Amino acid sequence: MSADNQFPQWEVFIQSKTGLPFKHVGNLHAADAELALQNARDLYTRRQEGTSIWVVPTDEIVASSPDDSESFFDPAEDKIYRAATFYNLPKEAKHI
Amino acid sequence: MDINEALIKYCLRLGDDAMILGHRLSELCSKGPYLEEDIAMTNISLDLFGQTRMMYTTAGEIEGKGRTEDDFAYKRLEPEFQNVLLVEQPNGNFGNTMARQMVFSVFYYYLFKELQSSSNEKLAAFAAKSLKETTYHMRHSCEWIVRLGDGTEESHWKVQDALNEIWSYRHELFEKDEVDETLISAGLIPDTATFKSAFEASVQEVLDRATIEEVEEGWKSTGGRIGHHSEYMGHILPIFQSIPRTYPNSKW
Repeated sequence: MSADNQFPQWEVFIQSKTGLPFKHVGNLHAADAELALQNARDLYTRRQEGTSIWVVPTDEIVASSPDDSESFFDPAEDKIYRAATFYNLPKEAKHI
Repeated sequence: MDINEALIKYCLRLGDDAMILGHRLSELCSKGPYLEEDIAMTNISLDLFGQTRMMYTTAGEIEGKGRTEDDFAYKRLEPEFQNVLLVEQPNGNFGNTMARQMVFSVFYYYLFKELQSSSNEKLAAFAAKSLKETTYHMRHSCEWIVRLGDGTEESHWKVQDALNEIWSYRHELFEKDEVDETLISAGLIPDTATFKSAFEASVQEVLDRATIEEVEEGWKSTGGRIGHHSEYMGHILPIFQSIPRTYPNSKW
């Protein structure tokens, strides 16, 4: 099957527990939103992976371009002070 | 009829319906119209096999002669199976498969909803568990009927044909004999007549959304519940019984 006679592509996000962030788990092809949701349920939650599903049309996702990666991400390389590892934390503050 | 005898038969009927349809769907494993739907149909098949196992096991326990789920599945002959003819019907095209699934799932949705409150604990627990699965099977098949009916010209006439063919098979689901009457009067199972109009209205709602014209009324299916099957059944049983019949009691 060539790409152009497939149903539209959808990205699937699963929330494993209420309150936790949705995680991208993969994608699928489906004719429309309802069937994408059903297919996502069948493909990605059959082993109790989740309690809630998002499906998003792949076309609707705005992604950064690999060509931009130097200007986007390299400038952070020498700014390790942004990782808050230089502060002395009080003993009482655990799990930070 | 003795209540236990009726209960055994009733459990086997529900188990047989689920097993034969589960088998039909399993035939589509790796042959689905596309990957996602292939997995969806196989999932439904597995749900049905799960229901089969519960019903066969329960029947064996009530019978008390040591027969297991495997004995019921693999060691009975065609006339001993009491599934409705609906579930034996071939997969045909995808429209046929979904039309068959819709009729089956909508019926069982209503049955399980009522059977949940059976005074028999086993039946009530079975119905409560199966209702969740069946609700999903119903949603899945109904949504497909809508999309096929309201899809292209070709998908529309194909699913119209499929519904014309399968619709007459619903009658058997509502048949009642001594087994049903015994259990209804004992308050163990619901009378299917109480939800027949709700069943038909639910299907009609889907057909309206699917822009399907009136479905043809033909003959009334009958016979499955007394072991009189269509020709298809004779081709189904050898396939899944061949291994246990060739190598009886083998372990792996």
